[in-house]
Amino acid sequence: MIDFTFTEEQELFRKAAHEFAETQIAPLVPKMEETGRDWDPAIKALCDAEMMAITIPEEYGGLGLGYIERLIALEEIARVSVATAMMMQVGGLGIAPIINFGSEDQKKKYLPGLASGEHFATVAVTEPSGGSDPKGCSTTYKKQADQYILNGRKCFITNSHFADVQVVMAVDVDNPESFSTFIVEKSMKGFKATHEEHKVGMRGCNTGEIELKNCEVPAENLLSEEGKGMRVAMASISDTGRGGMVGCSLGLQQACLDAALKFANERILYGKPISKLQAIQMKFADMKIDLEAGRLLGYRAAAIQDAGGRSGNEFAVAKYYTAEAAQRAAKMAVDIHGGYGCMEEFVVTRYLRDSYVLGPSAGTSDIMKVIISRWVLS
Amino acid sequence: MLSIVVCVKAVPDLTLADKIRIDPDTKTLTRHDIPLVINPLDRNALEAALVIKENQEAQIIILSMGPPAAGNVVRECLALGADQGILLSDPAFAGADAFATALTLSKAIEKIEQVDSVFCGRASSDGATEWVGPELAIFLGLPVVTMVRKFDITAGNSWRVKADIEDGIRVVEVELPSVFTITHEVNTPRTLSFSGIIKSRKKEITTWGLNDLNVPEDQVGLKGSPTIVSSLTVIDSKRSCEIIEGTQEEKAAILINKLVAAGVL
Repeated sequence: MIDFTFTEEQELFRKAAHEFAETQIAPLVPKMEETGRDWDPAIKALCDAEMMAITIPEEYGGLGLGYIERLIALEEIARVSVATAMMMQVGGLGIAPIINFGSEDQKKKYLPGLASGEHFATVAVTEPSGGSDPKGCSTTYKKQADQYILNGRKCFITNSHFADVQVVMAVDVDNPESFSTFIVEKSMKGFKATHEEHKVGMRGCNTGEIELKNCEVPAENLLSEEGKGMRVAMASISDTGRGGMVGCSLGLQQACLDAALKFANERILYGKPISKLQAIQMKFADMKIDLEAGRLLGYRAAAIQDAGGRSGNEFAVAKYYTAEAAQRAAKMAVDIHGGYGCMEEFVVTRYLRDSYVLGPSAGTSDIMKVIISRWVLS
Repeated sequence: MLSIVVCVKAVPDLTLADKIRIDPDTKTLTRHDIPLVINPLDRNALEAALVIKENQEAQIIILSMGPPAAGNVVRECLALGADQGILLSDPAFAGADAFATALTLSKAIEKIEQVDSVFCGRASSDGATEWVGPELAIFLGLPVVTMVRKFDITAGNSWRVKADIEDGIRVVEVELPSVFTITHEVNTPRTLSFSGIIKSRKKEITTWGLNDLNVPEDQVGLKGSPTIVSSLTVIDSKRSCEIIEGTQEEKAAILINKLVAAGVL
């Protein structure tokens, strides 16, 4: 018999993440929404609560926990603020390649600071030409004495303006088939965070461009080996990136259900709460089915990963399903609110906007289908 | 080293209060599927102990009476920073009122080697009698300060505390060991942390049953409870909304008449 239950300790982790989200993050959301910035307090809260340390091994100052615990935390935080969960998820995406592919020296140098919150990470792969075709990467590197010189632009980079440790993929200027990844520090000569995006949703989540202009990266900051960069980037995106987006999507699904349920129990029509109307109940059933199915997909993929397997394909299924389900849930939540669903003081309008940013992050639904069909045909 | 016992009750999560029902036969709350949480004011009591521990050498012992499921609540207290847990769990303890609960807790405290102070939340969120702390002090033969809102602790064997009274605040200096019941004004409890949960893996929870305590069976649980709940009634509150039309003055006059007619004014 397969055991689908969380351990008592995992339930306690969920409670901890729930309390953290409710007390530390929820009060920050209005300001983040209003300005589209003001991410610093949320980042500080994430670091103080050791949320960035979850998957970092204990010997490097982390908590040594797994994908399941990370998914639990992201789900609970996204329930309150998808924007904050997104910054956390991409921070983890910057940490994963150092854990999985970093040298011992690189781990000792970067992981303790990333665990304590002294530093914050991100991954920079996407370019103006698109993120779904990483081989179209035009950011170049060139070995020059004891350093690499990077040139190019990365766009739609979450945490672009405050992450001081950025894992950047580039192509060999002399060999268009050779991709490599580098740990770039914000303070390195030639690195600059430039344009800040203003997204339709996840407001307060920093997204922007970085410019690498003759950026000087010490040779010891090459991650893995030269020419292995595509593997480093894709492995991290497929496991940690998609896994993280599942957490963001599940949290938003739950938030949509909670808000719609509260409204439907309070809104009186025809002399009774609208939750008594079958048309509304059908929507709740659809939202619940999506949530249950999404959790099974997501936590199963995380469990495979924690058991030592690879679940990039399973995470692709879960990412596709939960991102689509979150968009359906947000629309249903807005529909249940009727005219109030068009008013910004009702939180479901934020959920609808946030849901559309879930789609392209870590790969669009169409790209997920490409990956899944490749899995089927392999 | 100071040794503080914090009495903690596992109560139904009141954020799910609409799911709690009253059993008409037993006059007790039916709590199926409602998770147990730390009684909110006990969390203030634990936080007060944790703050003391941050400033001087101390150990915090969690003492709770309840079904085996209450062990999760004790574990949560350990994750928040308490050092060890004792769960009093035995079918014989079931159905205890405040009196029997205080007696049972006192027998457990007598078994603990060193106790310098006992902290209780002012009241539980389900029973809300506010009796357990004072009755515990009587059974232990210790002084009690109720409704503590501030501790002013210096090294030594006496503590100065501020405590609420009906029409003000009193300042009390009390010698240890003593019992304190604690209000929510005393602090804002810390939240659970992932590292706290991990650290609690090494902390032990001991379970004591009737045979571990020096108390006859007829003095604990329902048998030892002098309180009789004669009836419990669910108050059915129905809301209705009426829009009053007219000018501001007319609306105010109509509203006043309605409030007078309803007996509110």
